[in-house]
Amino acid sequence: MNEGALKVVVDEELCKQCELCVSICPVHVLQISSRINSKGFHPVEIFDNDKCISCGYCAMTCPERAIAVYKPEVERA
Amino acid sequence: MKVVYERPKTLEKVVNHYCPGCHHGILHALIAEVLDEMNLADKAVAVAPVGCAVLAYNYLDIDWIEAPHGRAVAIATGIKLAHPDLLVFTYQGDGDAASIGLAETMYGAIRGMNVTTFMYNNAIYGMTGGQMAPTTLIGMKTTTSPYGRDPKREGYPVKMAETIALQGGTAFSARSSLYNPRAITDTKKYIRHAFELQMAKAGYTFLEVVGTCPTNWGMTPVEASEFAKNELAKFYQLGVLKDVEGSEQK
Repeated sequence: MNEGALKVVVDEELCKQCELCVSICPVHVLQISSRINSKGFHPVEIFDNDKCISCGYCAMTCPERAIAVYKPEVERA
Repeated sequence: MKVVYERPKTLEKVVNHYCPGCHHGILHALIAEVLDEMNLADKAVAVAPVGCAVLAYNYLDIDWIEAPHGRAVAIATGIKLAHPDLLVFTYQGDGDAASIGLAETMYGAIRGMNVTTFMYNNAIYGMTGGQMAPTTLIGMKTTTSPYGRDPKREGYPVKMAETIALQGGTAFSARSSLYNPRAITDTKKYIRHAFELQMAKAGYTFLEVVGTCPTNWGMTPVEASEFAKNELAKFYQLGVLKDVEGSEQK
């Protein structure tokens, strides 16, 4: 598994800072960033990649579909 | 990395014109997901309404026709009669389907036309600036009912899914919402079922989706989702109201 790969990838130009994903996240790993996109919104970002459980709720709730969610492949012994 | 969720192919990669947090975007994406999963995007023809969703043809990569205000089901009827093999659906708001287009929507159900209607019910006229809609809840404040809707003055809210379910030509009538992942999953299930019934030529299929309008309700998107869950979904009972396939009555 690629350690640095984010589980929640946000297309920052599409995000409109509605915060629905932040409110719905069951493990609270999303936050509004301090960056700014061309429409003047602060896009959402993941701040705790390790705690993310890749449930996909944020992507399901996103009205802009700006979020893609990935799950690391677990290598079983 | 295994993909849990990626943007559906049928959904065009553009910034939509909806206000931040508007549930229209979720419904667009769910329809796109179902079309992708059922491989129907090439056979789908949609009819766009007048209302907030008037520009929906920019967002789903399928064939669209723009209908005059309220006449979406009438146009869908024409398309379906000319091309019975196509998947035809209308995407309407509550002002479009339940107010000016009530006759068209009703006669789609009465005649049992093989088309699907998605009615996005946010209890307000969103595009024109938050006027009272036929679906506005009692006591709800809008720009044309600033003291709250009073049934003595403005009448009672219309329950479309129940009304459509009573008609003989209806194969499927349901109401769902989009306020949390569970409601979104249910909505997606209903969309898929409606499309399946339409392809099986079962009759008219109708899905009322209780959504939000954060801008005109004067709330943040998160508050609006809570309002949809606690107030709207309480008055507009969610669930399947009629289904010719199986007795899934709630």
